[in-house]
Amino acid sequence: MKPEILEGRIWLITDGEGKRLDDIDTDMIFHNRWLYITDVKEMGKYAFGNTEGWEDFPEKAKEGDILVVGRNFGAGSSRQQAVDCFRALGIQAVVGESFGAIYKRNAINSGMPLVEAPGIFESGLKSGDTVKINLRTGEITSRNVGFKARPMPSVSLDIYHAGDLFAYAEKLKG
Amino acid sequence: MPTIVEKIFQSHSKDRVDPGEIIWLDLDVRTARDFGGPNVVKHLRKHYNSDYLADPQKTFFTFDLSVPAKTIKYAVNQQVCRDFAKETGTGVFDVDQGIGTHVLMEKGLVLPGSTAVGTDSHYNILGAVGAFGQGMGDTDIAFAFRAGRTWFEVPETMKITVTGQHSATARDTTFAVMRELGSKGALGKAMEYYGDAIDSLDLAGRITLASQTTEMGGIIGFIPPDKRVLDFLRERSGREANPVLADADANYVTETEIDVNGLEPLVATPPSPTSVKPVSEVGKVEIDTVFIGSCTNGRFEDIEAAARVLKGHRVKKGVTLKITPATREVWIKVIRSGVIDILMDAGGVVLTNAGCGGCAEGMCGLVGEGEIEVSTTNRNYPNKQGPGKIYLASPETAAASAILGRIATKEEVGQ
Ligand code: SF4
Repeated sequence: MKPEILEGRIWLITDGEGKRLDDIDTDMIFHNRWLYITDVKEMGKYAFGNTEGWEDFPEKAKEGDILVVGRNFGAGSSRQQAVDCFRALGIQAVVGESFGAIYKRNAINSGMPLVEAPGIFESGLKSGDTVKINLRTGEITSRNVGFKARPMPSVSLDIYHAGDLFAYAEKLKG
Repeated sequence: MPTIVEKIFQSHSKDRVDPGEIIWLDLDVRTARDFGGPNVVKHLRKHYNSDYLADPQKTFFTFDLSVPAKTIKYAVNQQVCRDFAKETGTGVFDVDQGIGTHVLMEKGLVLPGSTAVGTDSHYNILGAVGAFGQGMGDTDIAFAFRAGRTWFEVPETMKITVTGQHSATARDTTFAVMRELGSKGALGKAMEYYGDAIDSLDLAGRITLASQTTEMGGIIGFIPPDKRVLDFLRERSGREANPVLADADANYVTETEIDVNGLEPLVATPPSPTSVKPVSEVGKVEIDTVFIGSCTNGRFEDIEAAARVLKGHRVKKGVTLKITPATREVWIKVIRSGVIDILMDAGGVVLTNAGCGGCAEGMCGLVGEGEIEVSTTNRNYPNKQGPGKIYLASPETAAASAILGRIATKEEVGQ
């Protein structure tokens, strides 16, 4: 079993004026000019490489950090690299107002903890805060903020604990 | 109270079924086609040593895109699937059989209330017989092959009631629905269709309507099966076929009423399947070529309707009319019923083997720069079928256009 309570530093993905960035598509997360890369570890270097103001994210991110993203994050194509590049950087979880349908499917299948948290940008949390996330209950707390996100569905938790979708199937067959 | 999708899911899951919940869903059928299939095999071989399938009896390859293989790559990929099938006992509907989802319906492999997934974005066409079908990527389908289940987020359901009578076709009814809902009108939702304009549709017409769910952003569009559809499925499957119906007070997110009384023939102008206009308003559009077929309008009834328009006429000089039956069964019927004679007498007609034909990377019906086509396929997005321009239309409008060399209704050729 993996931990169901995660602790880490958060990044609020905003524009230059600190406003929530919505509709970040998979091409902004991982641009198609890097699609030739097949080694997942390599992919980390290009995470957010096409999102204005965030090109240097890979240098700033630390293992164990947590992303907090806006509405419809990961819209667009079914690009698995847009999930894998964050895994490569050691991002622990992605918390978001809402997600593109295919992005959500890819993230869940690859065992990335994905927490749906409508309203999180109004919760008072700031970039750099350290938070605790309870995946099973959806509680997100920092020193001075308490927020209730949607609990992670048991299906997603099953896959997260197994590692990814294929590892989960392995367990099914015993 | 539960809608159709909620009832089907509840009978295939131990989890609590409520819109927005993600559940484990047991699958009655899972398939992969020649596009996607080889990757499914690759994933299974990479992750597991053996024991690749939960149940070979419920697992199939359906070759329908490049049939028989038109490039070496397709030939190699199809053989990857055949070899895997031999080793594991997976069923194969080979290059002679036609469009996978249509074959599933014809062979009685899906019934109302069944759950099925495959590597095909129009898998939700199975809503035509009241079954749940869903297209997925190769990772998900590999998992489905091995586990016999998948996970799915329970969608909310929209109720759509279509009423009224007209002398146009099922495709025109479908256009009317798309004009109302638009390309995102059903985004992430299940739909249920009701009303007398739906009740009167035969299976071919239901297939046409259900095939456009994806173009409206929908997850699935259910057409509750009537006696004709149930009789067909019973005969084909040799099993009892009972409809799964919504409760009278089922919970719908929206209810939409669409009146199609007196509807005239419509077309979807490039570059979007939802930019719908009456034929009478598109003006004089001269065309180069016509395609009739695809999972949307490739049934025998569709080709027969086109033949009725063509009878006693000729395809205009300089215009070609390409016809691709959806399945081998349709193809044989076109030949044995004599419809073939009408088609050949019209000149300019190419009848291909069964499959996806002019769609996607299909074997025919692609358009060159500057070429204008009238097509019964489901999409006319830029460059999907080549750089030319594609107007989507019913088989009748397509046939009339072939005769006159411009976009026209069957009335304009005197019918
Ligand atoms: S005809 Fe086109 S849309 Fe239909 S199943 Fe074949 S490739 Fe898909």
